[in-house]
Amino acid sequence: MRTILYLIRKEFLQIFRDKFIGKAIFAIPIVQMLILVPAVTFEIRHVRMCIIDLDRSVESGALVAQLEGSSFFRVTQATFSEKEAQEWMHRGQCDLILQIPSDFGKNVGNGVPTRLMVSANAINASHAQLSWAYVNGIIRDFNLNLLAGKAGNLSSVSPPKIEITQRYWYNETLNYKYYMLPGVLGILVTAIAFVLAGLNLVKEKESGTIEQINVTPVKKYQFMTAKIVPFLLIGLVDLALGIVIGRLVFGIPFVGSATLLFFVSFIFMIAALGLALFISTFTQTQQQFMFAGFFFMIIFMLMSGIFTPLESMPEWARNINLLNPVAYIMRINRMVMLKGSTLSDISGDIYALTAIAVVATLLAVWKYRKTA
Amino acid sequence: MKRFLGFVKKEFIHIFRDYLTMIILFGIPALLTLLFGFVITNELKDVKVAFLDLSRDEITQQLTDKISSSGFFIRSSDLNSYAEIDQVLRSNNAKAVIVFSEDFGRKLIREGKATINIITDGSEPNMATQTTSFISAIAADFNKELAGTTMSGNLLVQPEVRMIYNPTLKSQHMFVPGLITMIMILICALMTSITLTREKEFGTMEVLLVSPLKPIQIIMGKVVPYFFLSLIDALLIILLSWGVFGLAVKGSLLLLLLEVMLYIMMSLSLGILISSVAKTMQQAIFITLVGGMLPTVLLSGFIFPIESMPKVYGWISAVMPPRYFIIIIKNIMIKGTGFLFVWKETLILLFFTLLFIGLSIKKFKVRLQ
Amino acid sequence: MMNNRETVISVRELVKKFGSFKANDRLSFDVFEGEIFGFLGANGAGKTTAIRILSGLSAPTSGSVQVAGYDAAREPEKIKKNIGYMCQKFSLYEDLTVRENIMLYGGIYGMKKKLIRERTESLLQRLNFAEYGDRLIAGLPLGFRQKLAFSVAVLHEPKIVFLDEPTGGVDPIARRQFWEMIYETAAAGITVFVTTHYMDEAEYCDRISIMNEGRIVALGTPGELKKAWNVATVEEVFVKIARPEKATL
Repeated sequence: MRTILYLIRKEFLQIFRDKFIGKAIFAIPIVQMLILVPAVTFEIRHVRMCIIDLDRSVESGALVAQLEGSSFFRVTQATFSEKEAQEWMHRGQCDLILQIPSDFGKNVGNGVPTRLMVSANAINASHAQLSWAYVNGIIRDFNLNLLAGKAGNLSSVSPPKIEITQRYWYNETLNYKYYMLPGVLGILVTAIAFVLAGLNLVKEKESGTIEQINVTPVKKYQFMTAKIVPFLLIGLVDLALGIVIGRLVFGIPFVGSATLLFFVSFIFMIAALGLALFISTFTQTQQQFMFAGFFFMIIFMLMSGIFTPLESMPEWARNINLLNPVAYIMRINRMVMLKGSTLSDISGDIYALTAIAVVATLLAVWKYRKTA
Repeated sequence: MKRFLGFVKKEFIHIFRDYLTMIILFGIPALLTLLFGFVITNELKDVKVAFLDLSRDEITQQLTDKISSSGFFIRSSDLNSYAEIDQVLRSNNAKAVIVFSEDFGRKLIREGKATINIITDGSEPNMATQTTSFISAIAADFNKELAGTTMSGNLLVQPEVRMIYNPTLKSQHMFVPGLITMIMILICALMTSITLTREKEFGTMEVLLVSPLKPIQIIMGKVVPYFFLSLIDALLIILLSWGVFGLAVKGSLLLLLLEVMLYIMMSLSLGILISSVAKTMQQAIFITLVGGMLPTVLLSGFIFPIESMPKVYGWISAVMPPRYFIIIIKNIMIKGTGFLFVWKETLILLFFTLLFIGLSIKKFKVRLQ
Repeated sequence: MMNNRETVISVRELVKKFGSFKANDRLSFDVFEGEIFGFLGANGAGKTTAIRILSGLSAPTSGSVQVAGYDAAREPEKIKKNIGYMCQKFSLYEDLTVRENIMLYGGIYGMKKKLIRERTESLLQRLNFAEYGDRLIAGLPLGFRQKLAFSVAVLHEPKIVFLDEPTGGVDPIARRQFWEMIYETAAAGITVFVTTHYMDEAEYCDRISIMNEGRIVALGTPGELKKAWNVATVEEVFVKIARPEKATL
């Protein structure tokens, strides 16, 4: 036991002896949280729209006004020339072109259906689809207003109407920051711990100090424990810092139990660190570890559901995610922080995460050999 | 010159001997391309929905079935009371709960109006809005069927949409340019900064400096192999997206390659700059990977459009080279435009390259003092 | 004369193969308590391989190896409790100070804090480096690192200390001083097993063995060997054995 303490002491001394790293491990998460969280949103805002109004009637003007009034769109250009509009889109100066035909007003006045042409820059397909959905929504409203204006013309029997009300729980305003902050924080904390621990172990191999350890009575599990504990602690401190910033600066809700969150994060960090050390035992140089680590980190992160939902992934990907600790913590972070999920709500995930942590650490200890 | 080539050759051999790094160097782009192509998508699918049917009549059953069989949703459970809603959402057993008010069917037919409450888990906003709009659309459809009229007869204004540059709405069009951008800069900067700081850390830099090679030759020699490796990486991604996803380069392949080479040079010079600042490999990795990865992915316009961000980010991303390169690639690969449309961004990349090199030389000179 | 002393290392028919390459080919020898045993040979002869097996860092392919009463193949960890080791790189932690390194290894070997502190101070005094106690290893000259590494290896007063090429790259004066430290250690009852390719250091040892291409080709006291081969220095013995074609009569 005392041996472990001596080893842990050495690790901390080494970490903080490097002034840059000592500061970076706390500064980087703070700075990145402050900069990145406000930026990440899938919300549609200020989509630049170019209007080709060949009609210039009262009705077309009303339609344009309704579009302009929406916060989704920003009408940036108006022209009569289709060619010019296309040129603008080509140059990246607008993402949406709405063409209103010259008989728009006339047709609307006479109750004749009339078509509008919308051209959307579909390089970002989902963005284009969302924009299209919003345009559709605005036009549907415009249609309803027209109908309301002509109420008298409609038949007296109005068809049955299903009214839909919607409420968003846990995040009423659909604030994307609430969704992304746990994700960004999780990634940062994992990356820092993973990189530090793995590099650390390989460096001992590279410099030969691991031999000096191997020739002492230090047991394998003692050595590995000392390689995990310091980074575990640093990771948890970073997590705490991130949550504090989230609360103070961004007003992120924290509905659930902080104890539960830290308890699960504790298990998660052991899983991540165990994996880092296991990978590290296969590599001989820091460069190799960095590439191998980067490889696994980026796969785990992208597949964790940080940007896109797990449900949208194909079956085989979801199966791989059963082994992906980041997927679990991503989900748990959001559940506990935003929804107030309790121990029983996430018990299944906790068991799985614990299993991964145990296996990863055992693998690391097993693979590390004191006697070649 | 001969010495220089000899040095370059040694660096190449060094790199190729390291099998693990090589595998990963080519594995990462390939894997990420496939990952983004098949795994990273917002497509709505298999979303668990719970039903709180306080009415349980034929109409609610029909609508429930219609929703459950739509292919987007999975009927996860039937609830009995409002009290159960929080639990089912909190435990992720459902992402949305549809509540049919009492006497739903009767109210709809007799009074002409009935209400559905869609309560959605807002912790995943994207999925939440999609879920709600899809359910609403299905309900509207159902409504139309019930009414027996074709409502479109009442719609005066009928918009049609043309999806430009990407009519089949493939998601690859967005991520492939971003992927190339992100991987190139991360790997290039990472590789060069590591290879140079390694010499610092193991003290072999001094050995190199007293050799007949000039400092500029040393740096060039270390960097040249990675130039070629990165080029191959970029080609790999382009080839894979073409082969697996059918994404062809619409514009000039030559122009694309020239721009890629410029970008690689910029990334390599960034790596050199980082190595002049970092004292150990650990520091270099920290700066590049931990400090650089997330900002590059999130702020360059790769996944999140810059226009949707607060104004400030327009400024922040203005000093991030990847932002410009993404524009260049999208223009050439997908819009098929020529140099005239990207000359501004190209110039900016050139500027960054020279800036990084200039700063590195300055730092290097200071160190030699 | 030697029969009264305990055998601390006993090696019989030790073989170590890497693939098909035999690095150690049926080595057999004994080392007695308290002696300075020199394990000589040219570079690549197999010395480091053997010493790594003796210190439990590597497992033998076949043969019997007993160190400090334990079997190297089956109980390497027990051996490690009773030995000290110093390798060619003098592997101390570059980013820790002198005191921090000593404290770490003292603690690892189970020494009490107070004892570690006492020994640290007396060690620093003896080496004349008291004011450098809080300096990082990274900045220190090679000669001092060598002596420090040795001191750390014997800090816990092990039965045997293994030194693998401890004087590599160090100036002759420092080498001389180092050997004085070895004498003191042996005098205190610690057996010293040292490998080297400096043949002149053989003269400082009680007994030596010479390895060539994986085999032991000579074993005995320096005096015995010189007499047997009828030469004046151990170096000449080596030349005669290892490269007979280069020997001059």
